[in-house]
Amino acid sequence: MASKFIDISKVDMRFGQFHALSDINLTVEQGEFITLIGHSGCGKSTLLNLIAGLNRPSSGVLVCSAREITGPGPERAVVFQNHSLLPWLTCFENVYLAVERVFGGKEVRAQLDERTWKALELVGLAAAGGKRPNEISGGMKQRVGIARALSMEPKVLLMDEPFGALDALTRAHLQDELMRIVAATGATVVMVTHDVDEAVLLSDRIVMMTNGPAATVGGIVKVRLERPRDRLALAQDPLYIDYRTSVLEFLYQRQGRPAQRFAA
Amino acid sequence: MSAVYETIGVAGAARESAASVAEAPATPSRRARLAAKGVRLAPEGGRLRPVVMKVLPPFLGLVLLVLAWQILAVQNAGFPTPLETWHEAVNLFSDPFYRKGPNDQGIGWNVLASLRRVALGFGMAALVGIPLGFVIGRFSFVYGMFSPLISLLKPVSPLAWLPIGLLVFKAADPAAIWAIFICSIWPMIVNTAVGVQRVPQDYLNVARVLNLSEWKVVTRILLPSVLPYMLTGVRLAIGTAWLVIVAAEMLTGGVGIGFWVWDEWNNLNVPHILIAIGVIGVVGLVLELALVTLAKAVSYEEK
Repeated sequence: MASKFIDISKVDMRFGQFHALSDINLTVEQGEFITLIGHSGCGKSTLLNLIAGLNRPSSGVLVCSAREITGPGPERAVVFQNHSLLPWLTCFENVYLAVERVFGGKEVRAQLDERTWKALELVGLAAAGGKRPNEISGGMKQRVGIARALSMEPKVLLMDEPFGALDALTRAHLQDELMRIVAATGATVVMVTHDVDEAVLLSDRIVMMTNGPAATVGGIVKVRLERPRDRLALAQDPLYIDYRTSVLEFLYQRQGRPAQRFAA
Repeated sequence: MSAVYETIGVAGAARESAASVAEAPATPSRRARLAAKGVRLAPEGGRLRPVVMKVLPPFLGLVLLVLAWQILAVQNAGFPTPLETWHEAVNLFSDPFYRKGPNDQGIGWNVLASLRRVALGFGMAALVGIPLGFVIGRFSFVYGMFSPLISLLKPVSPLAWLPIGLLVFKAADPAAIWAIFICSIWPMIVNTAVGVQRVPQDYLNVARVLNLSEWKVVTRILLPSVLPYMLTGVRLAIGTAWLVIVAAEMLTGGVGIGFWVWDEWNNLNVPHILIAIGVIGVVGLVLELALVTLAKAVSYEEK
């Protein structure tokens, strides 16, 4: 059971005529950090949406915690690429909306408030609780998005290029914070990225996807680096460089760039 | 004598204080320090300029209008000059709320009667149109049902509906309200529906991932997101309603600013007609401004 927390078997996804994903087979263990990497348009986000339950596969089965995924559920929280905070609610209210939905039936207002503040504290934003999303920076918004996802105490955290829209320094800072949070909560994470360094730094396993259409899992790199990981020390680590090189080789030699193939 | 002495005394004191300021090792202004270093600064713009630029153009526009009016009045006998109209207006507004029988009431009563009709027709249109717009925007089936009907009926002049109102209600007053209802409902339905359709998919995905109840989806996501669109519809509707009420009252009679215009035409009281045009304009402007202010207060800032 624990070894197959998420089980994706023989999943195909078609959008009308377009064959997006073909024969995806993947299992994720509890507490594992998985990244999906590939060129843009390869269907990484599609796969993540399938796990989130936002879309249903054309064929095949996705199972999470021994139950088939038939729709979105609070045990699978999603952090969206563009934070997706509601601009008319404060940061606190944005997180509270999620907390209330998951725990509203069992707990009183004070307990729900406490959970919300705790989630904001976890991402270091308790002071910004009363602010609206347009009053804080992009990195802070993304952290509120993470707080909202974590506040639901999900079994799985699904992240769709969560740091893609951020500058490099903010991104590094949030990656460190995410590692700290995952270590503290033991969360299972599936994250879409197109950043090789981010993938190697964060992952237990990197799932490399082939180019679409009919994209599938092209290879999996198991990252055996000790945790906690330190980005400065790793920069010199030969093992880290090996992993990085093998992902780069996959992306640029074996898969090429889709643009080149279209141009041919 | 003593006054002159005092003035000199004050001037002397002022000179003294100026000298003390100069002697003190006070820091010279930034401007002076930079000037001493040979930096040439752009001349300081007057504080008055923005105010003047804001007030002057509208004022000149008004002057132009009055001037054109004056020329028109001088060249046409029977057309009152601005000054004559002004005197008449002062006279008229000195007692806006008098009643001398049903067909001779003060201009205040007439404006209020028109506003009451607009409020009733417009209010009912909002009660029907906004929820209908929500349903049309949310469910594509309902959209398919109503979209052709709305496209067909929207371009029809509301006055064309007036006879139907007279037929159904058998009275002039409800018929005028009915015409207001018809003309205000379309912008509110259409804008609300468009607003609902344009709720960003991201927000709806949040709703799905959080598995929010339909009630929470409506109150926390749809309503705030649609509100700016809805208020645009409300603003368009009130503008049209105020246009239509004048025409409708000309046809139905009774009390009201539209009727008043027609009545004064029958009396050949042209200054009163011009005053009525001014009053209709001002009331329309106030309605519009009130709704713009409301829209600004409730709409959120993007990003």
